[in-house]
Amino acid sequence: MTIRSILFGAAAAALLFVAPATASEGGGHDGRPPRLSWSFAGPFGTYDTAQLQRGFKVFKEVCSSCHSANFLYFRNLGQPGGPSFSEAQVKQIASGYQITDGPNDSGDMFERPGRPSDHWPAPFPNEQAARASNGGALPPDMSVLAKARSYHVGFPGFITDAFIQYQEHGVDYIHAVLTGYGEAPEDVHVQSGLHYNKYFPGNQIAMPNPLSDGLVEYTDGSPQTVDQYASDVAAFLMWVAEPHLDARKRIGFQVVIFLIVLSGLLYFTKKKVWKNVAH
Amino acid sequence: MAHAETSQKATRRDFLYIATGAVGAVGVAGMVWPFVSQLQPDASVLALSTTEVDLSPIAEGQIVTVQWRGKPIFISHRTKKEIEEAQKADLASMRDPQPDADRVKAGKDQWLVVIGICTHLGCVPLGHQGAYDGWFCPCHGSVYDTSGRIRQGPAPLNLALPPYAFTSDTKIVIG
Amino acid sequence: MEGHSTYQPKNKVAQWFESRLPIVGLVHSSAIAYPVPKNLNYFWTFGAILSFMLVVQIVSGIVLAMHYVAYAPVAFARVEHIMRDVSFGWLLRYIHANGASMFFIAVYIHIFRGLYYGSYKAPREVLWILGVIIYLLMMATAFMGYVLPWGQMSYWGATVITNLFSAIPVVGEVIVQWLWGGYSVGDPTLNRFFALHYLLPFMIAGVVGLHIWALHHVGQNNPDGIDVKSVSKDTVPFTPYATLKDVFAIAVFMIFFSWFIFYTPNYLGHSDNYIPANPMSTPAHIVPEWYFLPFYAILRSIPDKLGGVLAMFAAIAVLAFLPWLDTSKVRSARYRPLFRIFFWIFVVVAVGLGYLGSQPSEGWYVIVSRIFTVYYFVHFLIILPLLGFIEKPKPLPASIADAVLAKHAAGGATVMAGASAPETK
Repeated sequence: MTIRSILFGAAAAALLFVAPATASEGGGHDGRPPRLSWSFAGPFGTYDTAQLQRGFKVFKEVCSSCHSANFLYFRNLGQPGGPSFSEAQVKQIASGYQITDGPNDSGDMFERPGRPSDHWPAPFPNEQAARASNGGALPPDMSVLAKARSYHVGFPGFITDAFIQYQEHGVDYIHAVLTGYGEAPEDVHVQSGLHYNKYFPGNQIAMPNPLSDGLVEYTDGSPQTVDQYASDVAAFLMWVAEPHLDARKRIGFQVVIFLIVLSGLLYFTKKKVWKNVAH
Repeated sequence: MAHAETSQKATRRDFLYIATGAVGAVGVAGMVWPFVSQLQPDASVLALSTTEVDLSPIAEGQIVTVQWRGKPIFISHRTKKEIEEAQKADLASMRDPQPDADRVKAGKDQWLVVIGICTHLGCVPLGHQGAYDGWFCPCHGSVYDTSGRIRQGPAPLNLALPPYAFTSDTKIVIG
Repeated sequence: MEGHSTYQPKNKVAQWFESRLPIVGLVHSSAIAYPVPKNLNYFWTFGAILSFMLVVQIVSGIVLAMHYVAYAPVAFARVEHIMRDVSFGWLLRYIHANGASMFFIAVYIHIFRGLYYGSYKAPREVLWILGVIIYLLMMATAFMGYVLPWGQMSYWGATVITNLFSAIPVVGEVIVQWLWGGYSVGDPTLNRFFALHYLLPFMIAGVVGLHIWALHHVGQNNPDGIDVKSVSKDTVPFTPYATLKDVFAIAVFMIFFSWFIFYTPNYLGHSDNYIPANPMSTPAHIVPEWYFLPFYAILRSIPDKLGGVLAMFAAIAVLAFLPWLDTSKVRSARYRPLFRIFFWIFVVVAVGLGYLGSQPSEGWYVIVSRIFTVYYFVHFLIILPLLGFIEKPKPLPASIADAVLAKHAAGGATVMAGASAPETK
């Protein structure tokens, strides 16, 4: 009785929670981003430190010239479960930027080299300045971008994703957009100032193709291709959006194992107590 | 419930109960931990742990207050007279004896850097006041000398010294 | 109900205390000696699971409130601050965000269990209505909580839901402005929602107290839907029997909960809520949280503003009248062959409305939504009242003890079938 009731309960619960997932994907894409294999996917996934460091380089040299990442602090770059730069490297990276601080004793704002406690400096002082410099389009803040983007999965993918723990829609999308530039098909008229992109909703994106082969120099021998850059920077942005993912999955495994043991013990205890009662 | 079981059976049953109870207790403790741990200073607070101070604008005889980890830090540019008083004071009469040389950096006698929090109950003492011309705490009347040592009143300890270092002749980094 | 034992203070101090504040006796009678029907199945553990989830949500919520700031320009950043900088902040927030969904999963199972086994019938009408009130309070709490991260879905969800009140003739517009504290959803709205989001869970806890009081006064229903005839033959004491079963069920539920917290923490949320609120631009597809979807579908299926709003509120209000709409004298669907069929049709319709609520309001979705909406009301207002007269129920067992004995006598295979009635559709 018990097992079947529980299974039934689980199935009923599953039925109740699956409905929203269809809603949780933005629709209107002509092409669905391909699913890539990410080191941080699945129950035992962890970030690849080398990939995060490469992705950081792409972010620093390319993305960050237009995009802010206001919740990313220099100190984050050295914390465990991230690109794991040394303390000295973090200080060096931070001091490479001028930060506006103040006011000082005479009431003036002043510039000083960055410190690990500073957040990543935004390329534009405010939204209006960002729009003015980018033809009216606002380059979105990248702090949680990898969690703020998704795509339509449809039935039954949105159900199975919960069971296979597929959470990498955002990074798939970022990689897809970065590699999705190309010539527009003949029947598509691209408005001036916009660019054709296979994976961007509506296919017309204000951001010009930011990557090209060989643009960023890698020192670890990884291929210097657009595809590699796109994967690396997407992985880096996933880390920026979810910096505690490694710890979360590690603790989760311990918790689930513990709960299974506890449930087992409780089950046998309960059985023993109920042994003499017909029910 | 009355039991007519053998003692061996009883032992085995007891073992199951104790094991379940123990594992359950570990689980509760583990569940409580994150809720306690969140109380500690968060990463953004910990990151702001150093403060850089330029000493050049501080005139002799002046005490300035800067902030470090949300606490006031007194930086006193001591006069010759103040240094002399601090060095000559009778250690035997102090509640928390400590020579002045231990409270400043070698060769930088004129700079006293102390945490501006009375060691009694946490008020901020006033500078250049009290019988020793050091600090006087208005809350409960503790008196500190020009080296920030407790001389009168209820406070048990000298004003604490923050960790700091000179990065140049006129610059210090606290923390 | 009369319990299995009564508390007798053993020493002088305990006697002295008990004669002044009989709290130990109260705990004893309600949590130890309280008689529980022997034949309860695991669907009866969801009450305990819900109590547990209420505690989880209140505790994690209070802790989150220690770090959150309900001020529109910084609210989004403060949530990210919790996620990034606060020790275990990510865990606390994921517990709280997914906990809301778990709470609703458990409450829906709890509600459908009540519907299946006729737990709303005399003498449990007040118990049932208190449950409907808890459900309403839960919805209000969850809705306001979802506004607090101040993402795009927070903002536009708040806008759409508060605009429901603008459907009220004459005073609607004024009411909405008063709800907002301005001419649109903004900082005053966020601040008052935070205050209410903090208050309502304690009101829920209060009504839960009444709910349990009413339950313990009339006694639990059971899968056979028959009254307890003999406390000693038909029931067991709450402790250790029901407590251990409940704790086991809570542990299993926590495994399910952990799956979401640790492995798919954003699955039940919406990616747009990681975009800070922007009053100038509405997301392409705005949908409420999954637990509101059936009602959202009902709202959208009526092509009239006031009508839609009324239908949506009526869909919840009709539950409160259920004890009088169902005319059958027999409680449990086990002994109501026709009702059982309609129950499962209703489940399909309710889940179907949830699915439709998540889909864009176009094409055949609209037509099916309308059919399902009509059926939702037909079920309560026509089918249930009529069934009581048409249906010929199966014979009821003489007592719970007899039902249990019959089950065991019938042997292995039928035991499974008989005890797991909900699956026998």
